[in-house]
Amino acid sequence: MKNKNGIANIYLVLVFVVLYAPIFYLMYYSFNSGGTMHKFEGFTLDYYREVLQDTRLIIIVINTLVIALLSSSIATVIAVIGALAIHRSRRRRSKNALLSLNNVLIVSPDVIIGASFLILFTIAGIQLGFTSVLLSHVAFSIPIAVLMILPHLQEMSPTLTDAARDLGASRMSVLTKVILPIIKPGIFSGFFMALTYSLDDFAVTFFVTGNGYSTLPVEIYSRARQGVSLSINALSTLIFLFTILLVVGYYFLNQRKSKPSAAVAEPVAEAGVPR
Amino acid sequence: MNNKGRSYYLIPYYLWIALFVIAPVLLVIYYSLFDLDGNLTLDNYVNFFTPVYMKMMLNSFWYAFLITAFSLLVAYPAAYLLTRTKHKQLWLLLIILPTWINLLLKTYAFIGIFGTFGPVNSLFDVLGIGEQQILFTGFSFVFVSVYIFIPFMILPIFSALEELNLSLVDAARDLGASGWTTFRRVIFPLTISGVRSGCMAVFIPALSLFMITRLIAGNRVITLGTAIEQHFLVTQDWGMGSTVAVFLIVIMALFMLLTGSSRKGVRHEK
Repeated sequence: MKNKNGIANIYLVLVFVVLYAPIFYLMYYSFNSGGTMHKFEGFTLDYYREVLQDTRLIIIVINTLVIALLSSSIATVIAVIGALAIHRSRRRRSKNALLSLNNVLIVSPDVIIGASFLILFTIAGIQLGFTSVLLSHVAFSIPIAVLMILPHLQEMSPTLTDAARDLGASRMSVLTKVILPIIKPGIFSGFFMALTYSLDDFAVTFFVTGNGYSTLPVEIYSRARQGVSLSINALSTLIFLFTILLVVGYYFLNQRKSKPSAAVAEPVAEAGVPR
Repeated sequence: MNNKGRSYYLIPYYLWIALFVIAPVLLVIYYSLFDLDGNLTLDNYVNFFTPVYMKMMLNSFWYAFLITAFSLLVAYPAAYLLTRTKHKQLWLLLIILPTWINLLLKTYAFIGIFGTFGPVNSLFDVLGIGEQQILFTGFSFVFVSVYIFIPFMILPIFSALEELNLSLVDAARDLGASGWTTFRRVIFPLTISGVRSGCMAVFIPALSLFMITRLIAGNRVITLGTAIEQHFLVTQDWGMGSTVAVFLIVIMALFMLLTGSSRKGVRHEK
């Protein structure tokens, strides 16, 4: 029995090592004065300096953050409406139809989303750049936010809204005073998911950015295509630290807000199609 | 009854469905009917059935299949063992964490790792195998893709295993089933839903990846995704690109019908 456990542990450790090795490999070489990813010559912070002094890169980082914050805010608002629309539909068939339509963009491959949005924006005469990137980020963030909000709506007891109506609350105050506070954790996680989707997206953005406008993933791709440059390593170390901060912060907030059982369900829902 | 007339506030959501869900699909189908000069034609579809594209299709499928199979092979035992650990939540979080790192960065790391002077080749040197060309091969493409997709395979399987009623496993063992039989006849069939959603989360993206093929496989491997990207952004042949996209959509729909479209999170309806 003991031996069996040992093999099991070795396997798990191996999986974790493989999962994390490339990330730490990147971080390790970001300090290499040798300028390559294979021979560590000496410790240097030059590449960090390079990243921090690169104004073009800083503009791109700001672009990325602006797009992420704006698009996830807009997407969350529309997603609340969407969740209400799905929740309201009484007939099972129309509910299922709405849900399937909602999920189309979650299961579609990014290239198709990107290519079809490119056609859409070209036909609509929208110039490729900030607007097209923002619109597409809003568009692909909505469905996942809806899926984060919907369970909270469905767990809500209908007697609550009925009671509020009976006590004379208007539709608006039922929404703002009863429904929204109850589904707040869902709205919060929906916003967070939309934010990370937007920060992470490469493929869709790659299709709808024109010349001159870029987000961080697109920039990383074009730099990586030119080969190894340790400023990418430095950049990825910074992004990694930022991501950990974000995730830890999110889990910390979430742990306080929701009961532990919800914490199991959410990571699974978060594992959408990689972007 | 009276709330029927006052649902104007739902408009933004329906507008989103119309503009960003339905319209794009129709536009792709519409564009697939035009050739480079803007003439209405079915040539693209005829072209699609020529050996060039058929070979690409098969290639794409083969790689997606390999990637899914290897991911499953690695992920199932990992998920199973995870459910047996103490502090499950912590370990699960550690599995999820790498998925938050942009996949381009992880892919970029492999340019170094698999490079001519990278650690893998140094290891080969020490072992006496000698230097190998690892980068820009089908192998490196499959390896990196599996690496990227493993967490997405582990998570659904993990949650399916979590829902598994352990007394069924105990019952099977009590009735004399061996470990393997218990797994094959009880555990695996009961967690097949997790395997299905895992495969779906891997297979479709594996068909359509284009950045990994570009960065790691150096255009050696052409997937449907690479073809679409090429047609839309390089050769500007939107018609042919749309045709490939139409086929990808059809394949996706078929695949979802086959695996049953029950995805986690969608199940919540009453």
